[in-house]
Amino acid sequence: MTAPAATRAPDRTPDRLPARTPVRRLAGALHRRPGLRLAALLAAPMTWLVLAYLGSLTVLLLSAFWTTNEFTSNIEYRWTADNFRSLLTDPQYRTVALRTLGIAASVTVIDAVIALPMAFYIGRVARPGSRRLLLVAVLTPLWAGYLVKAYAWWVMLSHGGVLDWVTAPFGGHSPGFGVPAVVMVLGYLWLPYMVLPLCTAFEQLPDSLLAAAADLGAGPWRTLRTVVLPMVRPALIAGSIFTFSLSLGDYLAVQIVGGTTSMLGNVIASNVTLNLPLAAAVSCVPVLLIIGYLLAVRRTGALDSL
Amino acid sequence: MQLSRTARILLRLATALGLAVIYAPLLLVLVNSFNASRSFAWPPSGFSTRWWAAAWQETGLRAALATSLKAGLGATAVALVLGTMAAFAATRYRFYGRQSVSFLLILPIALPGIVTGIALNAAFRTVLTPLGVGFGLFTVVVGHATFCIVVVFNNVAARLRRIAPSAEEASADLGAHTFQTFWYVTLPAVRSALLAGALLAFALSFDEIVVTTFTAGPGTQTLPLWIFDNLARPNQGPVVDVVAAVLIVLAVLPVYLAQRLSGEPLR
Amino acid sequence: MSIRHPLRTLAAAAALLLAAACGSNAGGNSASTGFAAPNIPAQKSLGPGEGTVNIVAWAGYVESGQDSKTVDWVTPFTKQTGCKVNLKVAGTSDEMVALMKTGQYDTVSASGDATLRLIAGGDVAPVNTALVPNYADIYPGLKNQPWNSVNGVAYGIPHGRGANLLMYNTDKVAPAPTSWGSVFAADSPYAGHLTAYDSPIYIADAALYLMKTKPELGIKNPYALTTSQLDAAVALLKVQKKQIGSYWSDYTKEQAAFDSGDDLIGTTWEVIHQAVAADGKVRTQAILPSEGSTGWSDTWMISAHAQHPDCAYQWMNYIVSPSVNAQVAEYFGEAPANSKACAQITDNPNFCTDYHATDESWWKNVYYWTTPTAQCADGGGRNDCTTYAQWVTAWNGIKS
Repeated sequence: MTAPAATRAPDRTPDRLPARTPVRRLAGALHRRPGLRLAALLAAPMTWLVLAYLGSLTVLLLSAFWTTNEFTSNIEYRWTADNFRSLLTDPQYRTVALRTLGIAASVTVIDAVIALPMAFYIGRVARPGSRRLLLVAVLTPLWAGYLVKAYAWWVMLSHGGVLDWVTAPFGGHSPGFGVPAVVMVLGYLWLPYMVLPLCTAFEQLPDSLLAAAADLGAGPWRTLRTVVLPMVRPALIAGSIFTFSLSLGDYLAVQIVGGTTSMLGNVIASNVTLNLPLAAAVSCVPVLLIIGYLLAVRRTGALDSL
Repeated sequence: MQLSRTARILLRLATALGLAVIYAPLLLVLVNSFNASRSFAWPPSGFSTRWWAAAWQETGLRAALATSLKAGLGATAVALVLGTMAAFAATRYRFYGRQSVSFLLILPIALPGIVTGIALNAAFRTVLTPLGVGFGLFTVVVGHATFCIVVVFNNVAARLRRIAPSAEEASADLGAHTFQTFWYVTLPAVRSALLAGALLAFALSFDEIVVTTFTAGPGTQTLPLWIFDNLARPNQGPVVDVVAAVLIVLAVLPVYLAQRLSGEPLR
Repeated sequence: MSIRHPLRTLAAAAALLLAAACGSNAGGNSASTGFAAPNIPAQKSLGPGEGTVNIVAWAGYVESGQDSKTVDWVTPFTKQTGCKVNLKVAGTSDEMVALMKTGQYDTVSASGDATLRLIAGGDVAPVNTALVPNYADIYPGLKNQPWNSVNGVAYGIPHGRGANLLMYNTDKVAPAPTSWGSVFAADSPYAGHLTAYDSPIYIADAALYLMKTKPELGIKNPYALTTSQLDAAVALLKVQKKQIGSYWSDYTKEQAAFDSGDDLIGTTWEVIHQAVAADGKVRTQAILPSEGSTGWSDTWMISAHAQHPDCAYQWMNYIVSPSVNAQVAEYFGEAPANSKACAQITDNPNFCTDYHATDESWWKNVYYWTTPTAQCADGGGRNDCTTYAQWVTAWNGIKS
């Protein structure tokens, strides 16, 4: 903004023609050609995403068709579909993929069940003053660090740990390390991502609509089922994108509290070191699952309510 | 919607319970930071403030914090510029493939971090290394910015959808050129959304570990990487707890700010 | 170790693979006379140092006083040479190989199951031992061994060696175990509290146990397994998995799990045993079971793409100097490589005897980590053994 015309507030110069500075000429050119404006806006972000990101992804997925030297682990650029063949025929991958899918789905359902009443309370029942504080309370733990929280859960779940300590008087004990622990910890880690979009959605529900439902004789349950839930569905799906896809790709929390459990992320991580082509082939499984999920929910408008 | 008393109480209970579950592990982190024992085992064997003193003196920690701040600021800056541009394009114009833009933006955060990480790692190695650009802070910033763009985009796009283009049209009618309109009319309207998006992007970058693992070179240690290395060391676990405890307390401010900003023009 | 001759055949196979892999890149000696490493020249002379060195190492090898102010040999090194140390701790040999392949690191403390892979992959360069004055004091028994040299050309500086031990909680595990059978039994009373090392190379531990307890399988060396022998080891490990609480590769994970009582018995390194003892939460013992054990002999190697070769050389010389080698050996709990190191350990005069620093006969029962290849490592000259790639697949299958 070096040109003099640009430093002046626009409403001060209504009655005389502005000077033809380069900035104004450029602005004019842009104004007359919306296509140019659009291209200028899109060029940088699309270059970044398409070139840097999609380009890298494509290279990675292409490398799934290469192979590695068994001894030195150097990549050999020989075209082969062996990695995909073993991915499809070796039952170990199916087991792990199904387990991962099950864990991701459980985490999503559990988070939805916990987040719905919380978000409803925060968004509609709580007074506006405490509403903000409650939201801050939900969001602050996101800053505590993923690893720290996962290790805190390790301490809670471990033998003679907090869970044993708390449940012992009632004859219970910690579930120990395994699939239940993984579901608990992942559900814990991603819960705020589910609460936040739901809160916004509940908050934005028009009062008039709810009043209308009540006027027409619908009880709270019926209103909830037929009016509220359909309206917050995009937000629910938006939250589920986070809980589902973050769980699907996780491998660190599993390492910490999973005991002997392995998920797709672990299979990828263990192959990254020695057999990148195989890791790339295995990567295709979560990538396809997530892209499929995103495409399926795109129509609901969920991508806009993230 | 009229709720019965019981329903209200039940909802309040559910929320309280949810928050209790959210804060229980964090409380444990705080307790363990004062735990005299050097490993994580429960129950604490005694009270000690030596970990707080140790954390204060840790030079590696300070360096890691500085690296994380730099990486977060860099990634946020890139994400702000690119995310805002994409948001304007997606909300103010109709064009073929508009739907794909938000889809493309969301991919880096939806796909597993390890996939993004190894993809970027392979790409950097083939493209940047021959140019003499090694792995380091720069590659971390690029990696983080890639998945941060979407949060800025979402915040700004949501705001742009709510403010009518009529103000911008009026500005143009009154003789302001494109840049003036942007500077004097549009920007003030989206400023708080930008800030909220920036804070969220910074938070994402600040806590990221997987993509960072694959894009940081030797000697580039962000705070999560430092935590990862030090959780795996006998005497450092409690120091990590100290760091986490401090971060939680410090985080209240930006989170509150983000909440205020993003909620501002609503209702 | 008795693998002089088979090594040649192994080398021939490796050379063929290399020729296929990198075409003209595979220079060096002809395949029939020895291990064909890519033709990478050793450094001729030392420069002033680049101010930084990037190191990949086992936990506990490169300590800069984080754990205890007294355990610090990095700070004096930086003061002496002006080389700042950037450390990357690796939990497994596979991780080390992968990290060295990035070309971002200058030197690595590689075990025998990584060294030849690194050499054949062209990831490390020969070491000019004339530039490492302390090399002269290394035990001759560790120099020019099959895992750290090719055709008499040294590819690294020996660092030390040790065994993978069996650790158990003395209060909870009774009677005291004497055999690896206590971690491989199908009906362990400690089910859910067993731990094992999370790496394909752990298959060798099962193979060693089978070698000693099931002679009918005909296993001669835990790193030379035919398909049926590998299947037997895998079956044993699948039985074991049902009893495992969790695997470890990050050594503090095992430390914390023993401290809390989640783990009661399993394979360990001496350094972890020491750490658990220092925590004082539980009482443990680490023994070498009657079957002997797998183990490691580690070598400092230099990257073929080192960006800080002069600092790397200075590091290699420093880390095997008598006093530093003694400190590391004592801290990690392994036998030192420098013959003058034993004299430097003053607080435990029996240290070198305890760790069998010179007792070659004791090491006969320790099977150093070696990369399994089709050319059987048992000296029989056969080539129907399973490769490491097969071990990796098998290990993923066990864990899935």
